[in-house]
Amino acid sequence: MIPGPPAIEATDLRKTYVGRARKAAGAVEALAGVSFSVRPGEVFALLGPNGAGKSTTIRILTTLSAPTSGRARVAGFDVVDQPREVRRRIGYVAQASGVDPTATGRENLLLQGRLFRLPTPALRRRVEELLALFALTDAADRAAQTYSGGMKRRLDVAMGLVHQPEVLFLDEPTTGLDPESRAVMWREVRRLAEGGLTLLLTTHYLEEADQLAQRLAIVDRGKVVAEGTPDELKARFGRTSLDEVYLTATGHAYRAEGA
Amino acid sequence: MDFLRDTWYLFLRLLRATARMPVFVLISVVQPILWVVLFGQLFGAVARLPGFGAGSYVQYLAPGISIMTALFGAAYSGLGLLGDIERGVLDRLLATPASRGALIASRILHSSLQVCIQAGIILAVAALLGARPHGGLPGLAGLLLAAALLGAAFAAFSNALALLARRQELIIAVMNFIVLPTTFLSTMMMSVHLMPGWIRGAARFNPVNWAVVAARDGFEGRAPGELAVRLGLLALFALACALLATSAFGRYRRSM
Repeated sequence: MIPGPPAIEATDLRKTYVGRARKAAGAVEALAGVSFSVRPGEVFALLGPNGAGKSTTIRILTTLSAPTSGRARVAGFDVVDQPREVRRRIGYVAQASGVDPTATGRENLLLQGRLFRLPTPALRRRVEELLALFALTDAADRAAQTYSGGMKRRLDVAMGLVHQPEVLFLDEPTTGLDPESRAVMWREVRRLAEGGLTLLLTTHYLEEADQLAQRLAIVDRGKVVAEGTPDELKARFGRTSLDEVYLTATGHAYRAEGA
Repeated sequence: MDFLRDTWYLFLRLLRATARMPVFVLISVVQPILWVVLFGQLFGAVARLPGFGAGSYVQYLAPGISIMTALFGAAYSGLGLLGDIERGVLDRLLATPASRGALIASRILHSSLQVCIQAGIILAVAALLGARPHGGLPGLAGLLLAAALLGAAFAAFSNALALLARRQELIIAVMNFIVLPTTFLSTMMMSVHLMPGWIRGAARFNPVNWAVVAARDGFEGRAPGELAVRLGLLALFALACALLATSAFGRYRRSM
């Protein structure tokens, strides 16, 4: 493990929504104090059921949402006080793709690079490189809406990488993918990790966290209920599989997608 | 600089998306032609009413229809932004260093360009039907500026609505509610001399009417002083709507 300051450091993040639609129900506490840290070059997973607070955590770390209280630093900068510095250094691949469906794969990548102010010749080279890397060269000039689910997801990830970020956030990168596309995505994630990129991914698949992450945090009801390497967690809870660790840590049966 | 650059690239994206909808482009071209021909034929006799004060109805109608098309074209600009919100495109853009203002400005620019192209088509068709721009090129520039400013204002307002309401039905309902009354509370189709007094009074405070009168003054080549004042008022109105959109954008981001 590379020593040095953490690539991501979340300290007691809390987030309470008081939206208009929820006024009747009062405030909703999405995060009730989330703390964890991720070392540079590490693959870290946030694991938890729907509504546990994984996406809210990612939205705060990517500057899209402000925490109600608590602090977070990403790539050495504070997400609240220095959002521009953070945005320059991160890639964000959201759950809801964010690809422009009427633009081609290449156009999507080019615009993304423009917004990161990459100089044109370097950007063009980078785009061709990413298209090749993610096996999208043949489809590069087709509208993204004609892509298959797996291709769309690969384009999402490619867009998050166009400016060579220090930290990449992947919010449920494999949800809704068929097993084959999922295997391809896992391979990509491993390759990115080998390249030294810091990766934070969320998932509600235990197997995915076990396979990909060096360390993980189990999030439940807005709190981190356990944190460590998959093996540490298995040892600490005296269990042989991450499934059982999960059950013990959250105290409830694993809820499947859509539950 | 970043603001202008980002606005430009985001504007190109919108332009490209429009160009890829040939049916939309076709309708955008044919519709203004239809307006001029239909209204010109249907209400042609109006110009012969005593006291109307215009030579031919097409001459009177051309600047008015230019403004009406600006209004109708820009009013639903927010639907595009709503699509971006729902598809996650806006969030993806917000997580980049892209200038926040450029995200809205590019949409306003896109609407204004559409408005100017449509006004150009209307004026060409009206010219074929006998309308003459007595104000020459400066007058036509004034007309286009009035249309573009009104289009910018309504596009900004529509985008603000998209950010606040986040419901397609609501954007359409609110904009319909605004567009038709502001059209009829103006001298777009009916001479000010033949209006009931209360409509004449209401029209004085209606930005759509400022645009109609400014466009007509430009087309007829008269009252350059008043034209300049109305263009100034329209610019202020557009600025106010842009500020509203900016604050709606801030509110949208804080609600996340």
